[in-house]
Amino acid sequence: MTALPAVLPAVSRRPAGVVAAAVVLAAMAVAAIAAPLLAPYEPDAIDLSASLAGTSGTHLLGTDASGQDLLSRLLYGARTSLVAPVVLLAVAAMIGVSLGLLAAWHGGWVDTVVSRLTDVMYAFPGLLFVVLIIAVFGGGMTTSVLALGLAFAPTVAKYTRSVARAEIVKSYVDAYRVQGMGGFRICCGYVAPNLARSVVGYLVVLFGEALMSLATLSYLGFGAQPPSSDWGLMVQQGQASIVLGALLPALVPGVAIAVVVVSFNVVGVWAADRLGTRR
Amino acid sequence: MFPAAGRQVAGLLATLVVASFVIFGAVYAAPGDPAVFLAGGRDDLTPERLAVVREQYHLDEPFLAQYLHWLGNCLRLDLGRSFQYNDEVVDLLAARVPTTLALVAYATVLFVLFGVGAGVLGALRRGTWADSVLIGGTTLSASVPSFVAGIGLAAIFGVQLGWFPVTGSGEGFAGTLHHLTLPAVSMALGALAVISRVTRQTVVEAAGADHVLVARASGFPERQVVARHVLRNALAPIITMCGLVTAGMLAGTVAVETVFGLSGVGSLLVGAINGHDFPVAQAVLLLMVTGYIVITTAVDLAHPLLDARVKTARRVA
Amino acid sequence: MLDIENLTVHLPGAARPLLASVSLSIRPGEVVGLVGESGSGKSTTAKAVLGLLPSGAVAHGRVLLDGADVLTMSPADLRAHRRHSVAMIHQDPRAALNPVRRVGDFLVERLMPVHDKRSARARAVELLDAVGLSDPARRLRQYPHELSGGMLQRVVIAGALATRPRLLLADEATSALDVTTQAEILSLLDRLRTEHGLGLLLITHDLHLAAAMCDRVQVMYAGGTVEQQEASELFRSPAHPYTRGLLDCSPSLDATGLPPHPIPGQPPSLADEFPGCPFAPRCPLASADCESWTPVPAALPGGGTAACLQIPVRSA
Repeated sequence: MTALPAVLPAVSRRPAGVVAAAVVLAAMAVAAIAAPLLAPYEPDAIDLSASLAGTSGTHLLGTDASGQDLLSRLLYGARTSLVAPVVLLAVAAMIGVSLGLLAAWHGGWVDTVVSRLTDVMYAFPGLLFVVLIIAVFGGGMTTSVLALGLAFAPTVAKYTRSVARAEIVKSYVDAYRVQGMGGFRICCGYVAPNLARSVVGYLVVLFGEALMSLATLSYLGFGAQPPSSDWGLMVQQGQASIVLGALLPALVPGVAIAVVVVSFNVVGVWAADRLGTRR
Repeated sequence: MFPAAGRQVAGLLATLVVASFVIFGAVYAAPGDPAVFLAGGRDDLTPERLAVVREQYHLDEPFLAQYLHWLGNCLRLDLGRSFQYNDEVVDLLAARVPTTLALVAYATVLFVLFGVGAGVLGALRRGTWADSVLIGGTTLSASVPSFVAGIGLAAIFGVQLGWFPVTGSGEGFAGTLHHLTLPAVSMALGALAVISRVTRQTVVEAAGADHVLVARASGFPERQVVARHVLRNALAPIITMCGLVTAGMLAGTVAVETVFGLSGVGSLLVGAINGHDFPVAQAVLLLMVTGYIVITTAVDLAHPLLDARVKTARRVA
Repeated sequence: MLDIENLTVHLPGAARPLLASVSLSIRPGEVVGLVGESGSGKSTTAKAVLGLLPSGAVAHGRVLLDGADVLTMSPADLRAHRRHSVAMIHQDPRAALNPVRRVGDFLVERLMPVHDKRSARARAVELLDAVGLSDPARRLRQYPHELSGGMLQRVVIAGALATRPRLLLADEATSALDVTTQAEILSLLDRLRTEHGLGLLLITHDLHLAAAMCDRVQVMYAGGTVEQQEASELFRSPAHPYTRGLLDCSPSLDATGLPPHPIPGQPPSLADEFPGCPFAPRCPLASADCESWTPVPAALPGGGTAACLQIPVRSA
């Protein structure tokens, strides 16, 4: 997150698309933080008399089959839907950056082992790996986030390894080595901070995919569990109402997912370019 | 070429062994008694039932022996019994594989046609408004998860307009096509961006090559120049990418089959996990991983046929 | 056969024209050399003969091939012209051939409209044989990366001959080859020229090569012609200071013992604008007048012309 202050002032000088996307994301973040202040109802307040109501003054985005206010659920849902991908990426970054740095610094057999490991992970679709973990340990948000974090780690490791290899041949590293500094200290104290910008840019680009994967798991019933108002789960719960002609319960959270992912992709690609992330 | 192909097939087998080992070994990662886990972990398990499971999975033997028994059974298409459906797993799969294959094939046709088409159009009309619209549109479509796209399409074209059925997989070729259109479109949408982007870039690169100018200077008609000297050269990377995306779609069926209530392999997997039917989940995962690895290896093997330089490079390597 | 008359090509955004009033003519069986540093407009001149100017370029003047102006041809006529009348041999044969197609495809594609598939292959074998490639039938099935640069250039020449053109444009056709191969390719070109009565435009930066091969040599600088003479005459008495500078650049084998003498400064880019003679900034003889004098070709005693203020003008 060290990158954010560097990014924000520049947004105003960027194309309209980037500015609009940044505004959307900022609005979503505010909504998530201030959900209790903004939401007109409790997210789990059931009102069967108002089941499947359309948009109106009392329910701006209508209600679902149990009469829960969709706007309120959407605002509260933003909390899990936006925070969970960040945690997921943090897990992926912790594992991936450590492995990538280790491989780049040690070289030799350590590098071979890490590279083979990432290659093997690349040979499988990540989603299947995640589903296997869920099949074994059962669903839930924690399992989903950790499993997806593991699934995203190899790509982070591969990226970190490639940028770290370019970094450790620089002369400052040799200079520290000559001073008798240990490899661990050089890596953590000097190499890692220099890679941070570029790796953060890489993670920012992955955010959209992380959010989509988590939403998919929640939709399938493997991720967030009721009474959570996670957006993926909301889509699942709203799907049954579609055949009754009520589109809002499924489409409101669905559109929210799409809008956030689009905005993050627009801002993310732009920010990654700024942060010197190689693509 | 043959030693190289042999190496790739050996790599395929090695990856399959690793995958099957992980899928089998996952049983032991689960908390508690593996026999209880494999039997569905229900409370009303009788000692006899557990004994049958122990017998079937050779749980009293060493771990490696269990794995080899299991692998041997898989190769003989004996995938165990489903506790949820009380049926042979292989029969369950056989009944559901055609739907999934039809869905993936249909989605592949769609994304190849429209993705490659959009990419070629964007490359040849680079910098025009059509190019910008294509880039914007495909980027947008890639930002919508397939289950959201599926629900949106079902709501609009299924429920509101009534053009397409929103559930089931239909009878006969026309019926299947009709039923699978919305699911296939929802899967293809996400692939459009990556395919059109790869196509656009490789076509732009191929069109900038000197030999294209030479062909043009030789007075060949523009269509011939584009077909034989631009598209032909861009083919290898495009086909590789299409193969990867198709392979990935095997896993993508999990979400889309659930949206449209299709009884394919993907929805079988979801049902198996929710019903703690681990033998079925194992079988489906093994099948999907095998399909994925086979497709990606096939694409790899096809590469030298499209670009002779690869063949030489591999022979030398 | 080829007559380029006062060809001027402007590119939007460039400070000077790509080509400034270039005239050039080639008769059947004649070899004309076009010499100059990179960026002097040699290649642009050759491309203009094929009607392949950069997009957005505006051309004035005429490029006549047997009386037909290439610049005003309809797209269909232009394609026919590129197909049948002129063929170009490029600097790098490896880049000129499509790497994913076979050598045979390269030749057959050029023979196809006239021949059916089988006779096209037979003719392709004949062509490869004619350019001196061993085992031609096997070569057809090979890919470009399986052949050496010299062999590939022979393939390219075979391809150029496929449509029986009357004019060959050789754009640095031997620069990418090693010296012995270079000599072989040059003698091949010379033999083909005499056998088929081809006109040959030889573009090169190597004045010695041009002198050995050409009947006439035209020296270009910054898009304009600075001098043109009979090859032997140009060598004996180079008139333009730039020509002399080029000759001094190459190490000579005679006993003068003088080291090569580079021309000071850089070849001009498209961003450089010249109020007067473009060579003036680098010219050892330049006077103040040169800065404002627009070069006009003046006749030389031995025939030919040179565009330099410092040459005493003699009435032609």
